[in-house]
Amino acid sequence: MNWLNTMAILLMAFLAVFLESYFRGLRNLVGAQIDLLPALMVYASLSAGISTVALLATLGGLWFDSLSANPLGITVLPLLVIGLVLHSGRELILREQRYAQFMLGLAASAMAPLFTVLALLGLGAEPLLGWWSLWQWLIMALGGAAATPLCFRLFDRVKRAFTYQKLAETSFRPDREIKRDRGPHPDYS
Amino acid sequence: MLKRQYSIATGLVLLIVLVLLNLPEQPAARIKLALGGLFLPLFGMAGSVQHLAQQVGNSVVPRSTLLTQLDQLRKENEELRQKLMQAQDAFRENGQLRQALGWQRRVPWALQPARVIGQDPANWWRTMLIDVGSRDRIRPNMPVLTAEGLVGRIDKVGPDRSSVVMIGDPNCRFSAQVQDARDKSVVAKGIISPTASTLDRLLVDLIFVPGGSLLKPGQSVMTGGDSMIFPKGIIIGHIVDVRTNDYGLNLEARVKLAVNLNRLELVWVLLQ
Repeated sequence: MNWLNTMAILLMAFLAVFLESYFRGLRNLVGAQIDLLPALMVYASLSAGISTVALLATLGGLWFDSLSANPLGITVLPLLVIGLVLHSGRELILREQRYAQFMLGLAASAMAPLFTVLALLGLGAEPLLGWWSLWQWLIMALGGAAATPLCFRLFDRVKRAFTYQKLAETSFRPDREIKRDRGPHPDYS
Repeated sequence: MLKRQYSIATGLVLLIVLVLLNLPEQPAARIKLALGGLFLPLFGMAGSVQHLAQQVGNSVVPRSTLLTQLDQLRKENEELRQKLMQAQDAFRENGQLRQALGWQRRVPWALQPARVIGQDPANWWRTMLIDVGSRDRIRPNMPVLTAEGLVGRIDKVGPDRSSVVMIGDPNCRFSAQVQDARDKSVVAKGIISPTASTLDRLLVDLIFVPGGSLLKPGQSVMTGGDSMIFPKGIIIGHIVDVRTNDYGLNLEARVKLAVNLNRLELVWVLLQ
């Protein structure tokens, strides 16, 4: 199942990057495009191994940069940092809770663009920034937060569809069964 | 054991990032184009689905509407033919006069149509992808335009797709001139630059206009022809408002772009 989960996460990352580039509706409507990679990273870091986290950060970041004017590889680092932080604290996180998923998605989707822009400025690039960038940041954070619980639901469904269901254990034990039958009555024996 | 896994994964990813960020421009661009090429089947498929949906939509349009549209298009075609005839006459006359004065003859534009297949997924750049590349004689820095005006310039070129830097991107600054609405004389010159004050993607700034220039809202802003990239006379937009800068030494104007960059489907690349 592990490799299947990794493949599903990477496939979803590929589709997410494509959709972000192809669909302009949200950008035209609210002035910002939502990034789904941080939401996927939250899911991957809480549900998969460190290799999946590293693969998602590398491939997701490179795919994103290949369709963008970003320098190649700049998006990898923020995704990796988010993935490593969440993966190292996964025992303490209630991953089944929708609220926890939303909050983690919010934090990841807010941090990823911030780290990327800081990295761009550090490299001497000149991204388009202004007061309206705060609005875009808010939309990206909220959009990513809303997408995170959906990610969990989607992947849980995929998991259920491709794996055998675990049988529920019963308390029935044949060796401790009380056998009731019409045996010989002690008064008549 | 887990710590070791962490170190190996982090080290490998960091190594890849460091190598990629330190690559020279050309190999990095090639890798970028190769990785972006993975998305081409998806872009193609999405385009086909959109085309199919359009065809289905067209098939349910009533015949009477189609006939009305056909009639309108016929009239428009007739008008355009007449205008073309006049323009050809003017062009011929212009050529003769230029020859008489010993000026260089103007070369008619060669245009390559292109479909917009995607936009930059990052919010801090204004670039887009088009479905023509080096196989269609596209080269970096060629101007991209529509019938309404200038869109931007070609940035990176792959065999069958290219990226376009649109007006309003920090990497698309160029000289422009303001024309008077009445007599078409040049009022002032300045630099088109991204605006730092609004979410509207259709507004840019015209900066470094000399103080005292007679800028007014509504005046047309055109390419100046001073840059090596854009030929003179392509419309960029219209002035919305003007403000003074640097204690009146310079003027700045906000320019509303003539082309709606949010709804671009088809553009033309000016082959030079």
